[in-house]
Amino acid sequence: MKLTLKIWRQKNAQVKGNFETYRMDNVSPEMAFLEMLDSLNKRLVEEDKDPVAFDHDCREGICGSCGMYINGHPHGPVPAITTCHLSMRFFKDGETVWIEPWRAKPFPVIKDLIVDRSAFDKIQIAGGYISVNTGSAPEANNILVPKNVSDEAFNSAICIGCGACVAACKNASAMLFVSARISQFALLPQGRIEAKARVRAMVDKMDEVGFGSCSNTGACEAECPKQIKLTNIARMNREFYKAF
Amino acid sequence: MSKVLFASISKKFVMALAGLFLLTFLPVHLIINLMLLKSDPASFNEAAHFMATFPPVKIFEVVLIASILIHVTYGIYLQISNWLVRPVGYVSGNKSETSFFSRFMIWTGATVLTFLVLHFFNFYFVKLGLVDGDPEDFYSMAHNLFKIPAYNYIYLSCFILLGFHLFHAFSSAFQTLGLNHRIWTPVVKKVALFYAILIPAGFGLISVTLWLFR
Repeated sequence: MKLTLKIWRQKNAQVKGNFETYRMDNVSPEMAFLEMLDSLNKRLVEEDKDPVAFDHDCREGICGSCGMYINGHPHGPVPAITTCHLSMRFFKDGETVWIEPWRAKPFPVIKDLIVDRSAFDKIQIAGGYISVNTGSAPEANNILVPKNVSDEAFNSAICIGCGACVAACKNASAMLFVSARISQFALLPQGRIEAKARVRAMVDKMDEVGFGSCSNTGACEAECPKQIKLTNIARMNREFYKAF
Repeated sequence: MSKVLFASISKKFVMALAGLFLLTFLPVHLIINLMLLKSDPASFNEAAHFMATFPPVKIFEVVLIASILIHVTYGIYLQISNWLVRPVGYVSGNKSETSFFSRFMIWTGATVLTFLVLHFFNFYFVKLGLVDGDPEDFYSMAHNLFKIPAYNYIYLSCFILLGFHLFHAFSSAFQTLGLNHRIWTPVVKKVALFYAILIPAGFGLISVTLWLFR
């Protein structure tokens, strides 16, 4: 099929960017979205032009690298998948596809579609851990955890930190990400020990790096490739109130 | 401690509490306003007099005005802060599935605030003696206002938008307070819908009745 790509091109954070138009013929519906971009880049390299810079790593929906905003949706129009899992069969012949980087002040554009997501790392470093002595793995049944609780903690822990929640939110709020990181520990007995300090530090860092505040629109939940729930944000709020 | 007071979650918490207080006031106001439908002005004027003079209600009034100021100030502050976080928007728009009315809270809120200013000039400032009028005869003042078609158009439009605002605000306040529950949150959303229809419908009924049938 034939597609018209409108891709955001920006040399670096210091210069202004703009959309460039690329015509793509012979796009196979079996292609993955990133493979389609690979084929565009191959062509650009052959034409001695600068290829489109985009983040990617595992291409298995695990690493959270391949974040880009496609036709009004983070990771494209198909729910619950990352861009690398997006198949070209979801696009129509002759369609115009707009591809933009995540837009948020704490995620400055590095180049083209790549943004600096180290703001997430700073939040994680602030408190997204438990303090334990290293050594051999402890006996798994020493601290018993009900199955439903461990399942819920796991559902929060599967957040891949891709930033789609920030990209989708009209306020560029990071509360779904931060709340998932807080919840994965808050639900488990091992995480309760530092729970108060953790929520204070992570919320403080979230505000410091400049993300917006939540207005409960639900866009983050709708666009999260790992289907992290808004209940995490309510839990983070509860944890925050309890911490003082 | 200052970090706690100025944390984004704290601001939302205070805004939600102020909003919930305002939600409790609206049914009280509606019940009093329904007395405008009676042909005898005495009961409405007595209720208005009671609300203006009974000491515990005076405390309620101070909390009410403070709630309005806090809710509006934090609402505007947070909205401007949020706009600044995304200096460059998306050309392809935002097509994410969201709670529809949540997208327009600042605009529905601004409309309600504009109406509130008009309402204060019509009644509350008269009670305070800042604007000419008889504070002991709000019944006649209200009836006279509802005879003006333009006033009814503004009144009804504002209450429809208030309904949109209330629908999202009601359940959103619970979420902000950390009260999200597998069973109770769907119930809260149903109550929010009921409340968001009932309140504007009640005020609208008074407007339409006094405008067209009196």
